[in-house]
Amino acid sequence: MTSTPALLELEQISFTYPGARHPVLENIDFSLREGQKIGLIGTNGSGKTTLFHIIMGLLTPTAGRLFFQGRELQQKRDFLALRRTIGLLFQDADDQLFSPTVIEDVAFGPLNLGATPGEARRRAEKTLSELGLTHLKERITHQLSGGEKKLVSLATILVMEPRALLLDEPTNNLDAETRTRLIEILEGLDLAYILISHDWDFLAHTSREIFAIDKGHLLRSENIYFHNHRHFHPCGDIPHKHGGQPHPHDHEHNHEHQHGHPEETRPEREEKQKS
Amino acid sequence: MTFESFCRGNSQLHRADARIKLVATLALTLVIALCQSFYTAAAGLGLGLGLILLARLPLGMIFRRLLVVNGFIGFLWLTLPLTYPGAAAFSLGPLHVSRAGLLLAGLITLKTNAIILIFISLLATSSVAELGHAMARLHLPAKLCLLLLFSYRYIFVINQEYQRLVRAARLRGFKPGTNLHTYRSYAHLFGMTLVKSWNRAERVHQAMLLRGFSGRFYTLDERRLERRDLMLLGLLSLAAAGLIIMEILKRIS
Ligand SMILES: Nc1ncnc2c1ncn2[C@@H]1O[C@H](COP(=O)(O)OP(=O)(O)OP(=O)(O)O)[C@@H](O)[C@H]1O
Ligand SMILES: [Mg+2]
Repeated sequence: MTSTPALLELEQISFTYPGARHPVLENIDFSLREGQKIGLIGTNGSGKTTLFHIIMGLLTPTAGRLFFQGRELQQKRDFLALRRTIGLLFQDADDQLFSPTVIEDVAFGPLNLGATPGEARRRAEKTLSELGLTHLKERITHQLSGGEKKLVSLATILVMEPRALLLDEPTNNLDAETRTRLIEILEGLDLAYILISHDWDFLAHTSREIFAIDKGHLLRSENIYFHNHRHFHPCGDIPHKHGGQPHPHDHEHNHEHQHGHPEETRPEREEKQKS
Repeated sequence: MTFESFCRGNSQLHRADARIKLVATLALTLVIALCQSFYTAAAGLGLGLGLILLARLPLGMIFRRLLVVNGFIGFLWLTLPLTYPGAAAFSLGPLHVSRAGLLLAGLITLKTNAIILIFISLLATSSVAELGHAMARLHLPAKLCLLLLFSYRYIFVINQEYQRLVRAARLRGFKPGTNLHTYRSYAHLFGMTLVKSWNRAERVHQAMLLRGFSGRFYTLDERRLERRDLMLLGLLSLAAAGLIIMEILKRIS
């Protein structure tokens, strides 16, 4: 193991919503190191979003300790440095985009951190162009489509040059093409991240490790089993994209499809692309 | 909902700096609202028409807007002349139509239309975002600017949320009528919209905090005032001064 402190460390964190009878999270131990790429799964209501909000200091844990780069976070003020280093993408993009135009929204963070208007604009433009979103620059935020909102939200976070990202269901409402874009973007980032997703195929492409929240506990999934499942395609005889990937395909509608551990699905996928 | 139907265009007024337009609107509407003379109000209306022409806005749309407002003013014409004390201009059977009441209704009509035309030609030719930033750059309180920008940003979202709830209720067979069930359901719909807006406000605030928001409002707008803007300010100030002089002359004569 490395001797540098983990970016983020949770020690015996528990959380109960005020008034609730059962804790949402119980005795969570977890650490995030530079460059780690983690997928986080769990049933609806298992506490994934809650965990993210605890990490960002939006919720205060009922017990346990939180460390950022080796230092314990105790007061609201301590979270300021963490918030500059770790970016959270909200589950609902309408919460994230509040400025009238896209460019202003992306520039909001840098302006708050003391950049001059000119510098903030330059950084915002650079981030937008890196994400291929330059054409949306002057658009009114509330008129964007759901997928465009998601990508612009990501820009508003990346412009702050974080070292880690917490992404809460980033593939919700994305079409296959935008989803592929997102996968490419994530692959191109030299950052640590934790992804919450119910989308197995997406996690297989983007994460190296999978954690699961189950009954308040956080478990590292060492053995995620392969399973075969069948699914339907409308218009199966028309050539189409599959999960964002070109998928050579006969007229069979029910086909076997493998899901499983990210490392093991990777080579198989590359073969598909070549064929 | 239709907002910002006039803000696109390429006229002198569209291109002018929103700060100038805000200040000029404030001055002109204040003078017109406070004036008591017909001449001043009529001159204000003339000025409003002139500005509309200068902004090259679609006259049909303006006319429709004015029609809506004048519909409300119609009620004044029905009530004021009949209730205002003073000598009768003429009588309709048992009804005395007051001369002072008629004059007052006329004055209010002139002033209202003048102010609306000035608002449309000067303010509606900027987007809400531009106005918000202009307010910030005029050093109005950050809270006021944010209030404007946020109302604008989220009124659509809140309306959408409300429409979604209404649609969901309809799909489950809800038909509004005049009965207790309807009233209770509408109370729930409004209540739920309110709760949702509250929750959203909280999440938006959190999102802002995460991005370093500390209560100050910064703007990307770095635009300098140009000669053109200063000339417009000069002209509109002259117009306001002209109206004031007119009013004073009328009052002392
Ligand atoms: N503000 C709140 N007050 C009380 N209970 C809450 C609150 N927010 C969430 N909960 C409860 O806490 C639990 C965990 O919620 P959380 O939003 O973290 O789940 P999640 O894993 O993100 O679910 P999903 O996959 O649906 O997004 C749920 O049972 C939820 O009902
Ligand atoms: Mg969630």
